[in-house]
Amino acid sequence: MAEREQRRRSAPRTDEIEVEDEASSGSGEELKAELDDLLDEIDDVLETNAEEFVKNYVQKGGE
Amino acid sequence: MAVHKVLGIETEFGILHRNDGESNPVAASSMIINAYVNGFLERRVGWDFEDEHPGVDARGFNEFDALAPEIETHLVNAVLTNGARYYVDHAHPELSTPECTDALQCTTYDRAAEEILIRSMEKANELLPEGEELVIHKNNSDGKGNSYGCHENYLVDRAVPFGRIVQQVMPFFISRQVFCGAGKVGSEAPGLTHADVPFQITQRADFFEEEVGLETTLKRPIVNTRDEPHADSKKYRRLHVIVGDANMSELQTYLKLGTTAIVLAMIDDDMAPSDCVFETPVQTLRQTSYDIDLAMVHRLVNGQKVSALDVQWAYYAAAEKWSIRHGFEVVGGQEIGTDLMSRWNDVLVALESDPDQLADSIDWIAKRRLYEGYRARHGLDWSDPKLAALDLQYHDLRPDKGLARRIGLKRMTVDSEVEVAVDSPPPSTRAYFRGRCLERYPDEIVAANWDSMVFDVGSDPLRRVPMLEPLRGTAAHVANLLDECDNAAELLRRLGT
Repeated sequence: MAEREQRRRSAPRTDEIEVEDEASSGSGEELKAELDDLLDEIDDVLETNAEEFVKNYVQKGGE
Repeated sequence: MAVHKVLGIETEFGILHRNDGESNPVAASSMIINAYVNGFLERRVGWDFEDEHPGVDARGFNEFDALAPEIETHLVNAVLTNGARYYVDHAHPELSTPECTDALQCTTYDRAAEEILIRSMEKANELLPEGEELVIHKNNSDGKGNSYGCHENYLVDRAVPFGRIVQQVMPFFISRQVFCGAGKVGSEAPGLTHADVPFQITQRADFFEEEVGLETTLKRPIVNTRDEPHADSKKYRRLHVIVGDANMSELQTYLKLGTTAIVLAMIDDDMAPSDCVFETPVQTLRQTSYDIDLAMVHRLVNGQKVSALDVQWAYYAAAEKWSIRHGFEVVGGQEIGTDLMSRWNDVLVALESDPDQLADSIDWIAKRRLYEGYRARHGLDWSDPKLAALDLQYHDLRPDKGLARRIGLKRMTVDSEVEVAVDSPPPSTRAYFRGRCLERYPDEIVAANWDSMVFDVGSDPLRRVPMLEPLRGTAAHVANLLDECDNAAELLRRLGT
């Protein structure tokens, strides 16, 4: 199979992505803050009675 | 040379009628579609076969009989002016996009399908008594062992031996899960608990039991053999793909459709890998879905052990070679082909090096990040119903409730183009003829289907216009003609039927 060769060819691209990642690594905190905001938001919009909602969610098979 | 990969995607949506005591999902699905047809279309361009029976027309017309088996005649069944079919299938509202000529166009129509469902839901809810609500989810399972599909369709060359398609597309279907999965909390396979599978890559892998077969509702096969081309059967097959998830991420829908189209074109041209055949495909499909660290290796029939990503790289490498020889014309052109290859490469590299980079573009990775954060914050076990609720709500199409739309997933489509796609057909396939005729002459159309339209222009007999070539009837072919004809009689006269 050709995948080994392909992986080597993909290696420089991995480096590029890592470089980009480092360039934006100052945003690690930002990402976490973003996730925290999102989780706050989810607490607000999550169905109030999650257990009941899940229990009632019954579908017929399809296709 | 491969045939053009004309493609489409059909989605069965989850439906919940809240606070309705004895809820009936067939009635609820009908309400959704009727609300749209009655609320948004100028005239009712769909039809109910119960009153129409075009196959047994008293005027002696019976060629339409051949289409009867796939139509559940007693259920709501509408054709929209964008060329889509919108209907009740089993107990779900289902929307099949019009035929498209490339993956990006089809992703736009998939997004338009979501908009159509959202508008249907809002309209239907206006009509319901206070306290009741219809809720639509774009997902594939209820978490209790019931699954419903998101099927893809691709035009393939009839001359290609079906055995070659099966052998060469199956490893691709199994391994593409790593970037096609919509993610799911837990497992619905018999005997597995949250301790065995807390979270998995796909919604659907649990439900597949066979390698190849005709079924879609029981003993689902990885490669479906339905042979119903909806086109010239001497020239074409339609590969009906049932092994995918309904994605909220547009990038995933785009990559799923685009890479699969490329692989099928490679198979048409006999340039796809033939040495990636898994020893135990069904088991490997499931194991791949359960392997969220992408670490597992699987045995091939030739004895090699490879990961899902290894197999994807093999197909990627073959696709590069194929494109050098054949170009990307049959998947929509150079621009879209190179864009697909580059995004395919980026996703495989990221999956290999740091999957969390894809939390803004791959549903299962977005979910994992979200659910892990939620679990940590509230100290929850994976089996907690709150996680199951989140996992449903990710797919909720209500704009104020759905989580997928809130987490900033990368967009592939443009709102203004989605808006156009809600009402107008793609210009590049026969869907253009279908959609424009429905828009211009709704009162003179008795029936429409993928490969024909039946007109009633007031004189015997009904007139059938066959559309057996998916790439005929495009805007380039018939736009002027349709603009010039004020009624269907004139259109038919000018078409010379």
